[in-house]
Amino acid sequence: MKIEYNFAFFDEGSKREIRRVTLKAVAIPGYQVPFASREMPIARGWGTGGLQLTLSLVGKDDILKVIDQGSDESVNAVNIKKLIAITTGVSVSEETAEATIIQSRHRIPEIPLREGQILVLQVPLPEPLRYYEPSEYETKKLHAEREYSGAWLMLFEQIMNYGTMSTGADHPVMVQGRYVMAPSPIPRFDNPKLNRSQALILFGAGREKKVYAVPPYTRVESLDFEDYPFRVESFQDKCCRLCGAKGVFMDEILDDLTGKTSYQCNDSSYCLQELNGK
Amino acid sequence: MGYVAVKGGTLAIEESIKRLKYERLKKGVVLDCQRIEAGMRCLIDQVMSESSLYDEILAALAIKQAEGSPEEAVFLMRAYRSTLPRKHYSRTIESEAMLVERRISASFKDIPGGQILGSANDYTHRLIDFNLNEETDQEASSWVREYAEESGVDNDKTDLANLPKVLDYLREEGLIPACENDDSEPDDVTKASLQFPTSRSERLQILTRGQTGAVTSLGYVALRSYGALHPTVGELRIGNLSIYVDNPFNERNEDEDTYYIGEIKVTEVETLFPEDVQKLNGQKEIEFSLGYGICYGQNETKAIAISILDHCLETGNAEYPTHNEEFVLMHIDSVEATGFISHLKLPHYVTFQSKLDSVRKSRNGRECKNMKNNEELNP
Repeated sequence: MKIEYNFAFFDEGSKREIRRVTLKAVAIPGYQVPFASREMPIARGWGTGGLQLTLSLVGKDDILKVIDQGSDESVNAVNIKKLIAITTGVSVSEETAEATIIQSRHRIPEIPLREGQILVLQVPLPEPLRYYEPSEYETKKLHAEREYSGAWLMLFEQIMNYGTMSTGADHPVMVQGRYVMAPSPIPRFDNPKLNRSQALILFGAGREKKVYAVPPYTRVESLDFEDYPFRVESFQDKCCRLCGAKGVFMDEILDDLTGKTSYQCNDSSYCLQELNGK
Repeated sequence: MGYVAVKGGTLAIEESIKRLKYERLKKGVVLDCQRIEAGMRCLIDQVMSESSLYDEILAALAIKQAEGSPEEAVFLMRAYRSTLPRKHYSRTIESEAMLVERRISASFKDIPGGQILGSANDYTHRLIDFNLNEETDQEASSWVREYAEESGVDNDKTDLANLPKVLDYLREEGLIPACENDDSEPDDVTKASLQFPTSRSERLQILTRGQTGAVTSLGYVALRSYGALHPTVGELRIGNLSIYVDNPFNERNEDEDTYYIGEIKVTEVETLFPEDVQKLNGQKEIEFSLGYGICYGQNETKAIAISILDHCLETGNAEYPTHNEEFVLMHIDSVEATGFISHLKLPHYVTFQSKLDSVRKSRNGRECKNMKNNEELNP
């Protein structure tokens, strides 16, 4: 019993179906389109939504980059990249500028994306209103009626409780003035990169069976208040201990021996490029 | 910094995969798939049921690869299922036509056609049989031969492929309300994601592919406390159902043009729930309502639990979580639940860093406010 898998794992019918869903998502920016999410050879919650999008889109000439929380070599990124490479034979790259499809978990690369590139973000919880409304039936109605007072109230309560908006990653955004959308748990630092992005950004939630999109040049604003503006994570006065970069998202590194904290670029490919450039 | 260095992850992963293979093979004995198929019937049934894929050979292979972990085996089967094109839907199957191997009723002792115990663990003492340690293939075949000879003469004239349903008897008596056949086209949960409120066909599909343990637990909850239902098993039957597909080149789809594509073994359960019904004159009467459960293979606990949850979700009593369709249906899938829980093992460095920043900002915010308060108090 020896069985060969099809190009890009799926049968052609499945790929077509997912692409159709993706087109609908592009046509309605920020709207979560339900789709018949397949079970994948990697676990639910490990990027199956992104993986399905990538597999449905990938063609023989594509160049693929996969990152996980900023790293090309993180366990999951390696796994996903390997699976796509084995089932398609496409070439892979770590260079952001070179890739045509970039699948990412929780980061948008530091190097600005350009037209023609597709960024596929993996999404664990696509519903920005889930925090205060557990029922899917209800949240669908809230979106349909553009009833987002709960989202604002959630942020308001955070300010009352903590003196600041206490969202970590996944700070909700308003897409083209219509849909409130979970940007996936990218850090707040990356939210501004969604706004008028030159690249097509797709979001895939495998377990929750949703696909949504921010097409190029779409207006994306992080929810905030006039007197409490949206603030990104601050890395003021910090620079990367390896390449010396400033103004990028950093990992905090604790030195076991000295107990000192230092910082390092989270985007490992960017860091390498900076180092090689010098 | 854990298992993600800027470089070097790939190598570590390769070594981990090798290590996994080593764990499977280190005792120098290879598990034969045929032996899994022969001796692990119940595990195969469970895996096929949770996978929504009826293939004993494939299930045995998946169990071997997964070293016997049902969640891993189901995972493998489901992923494989995603690569298969879907070409046909079977014709409707009537479970009256089941070739019955086991059939019991807890409601009546003498049911038309009789109780057939078949094979079940129910009547055994759960004592570990130490003799099995020494069992050989020869012994097994000779026992099977003797057993066949012994039970060869069978004077029973029961038509096992045509046993009446116990519930039909109750319908004739007027104890359960008659109902029309629902011949609407069922929805397919693997072709479109679940939208709420769901249809009954969707609910039954999600329940039947649910994780055995999860379905059992929630069924138990409804039985024990939240709703405290106490159903009676009207009929539980296990046996084989033949599957036919339409001839794709003949639009008329006449019975003789269909293709027989094989048979599946299923467990089917119909449970009865006594319920008060208010009559027009204000008096109350007790009527029975139904719960239905069906799953691949022999898995009686799961099928009964499905029938309880089917009834709960039909009733939809807002007081109990087990009656809430989103609560039940969104959380019982093996691949989804184990996947999302296990994703917690993935690095969360960025998200954690981001939260850390918020925590620090909220601390700073507090300190500023406290200072201000102090100033106001001590001008």
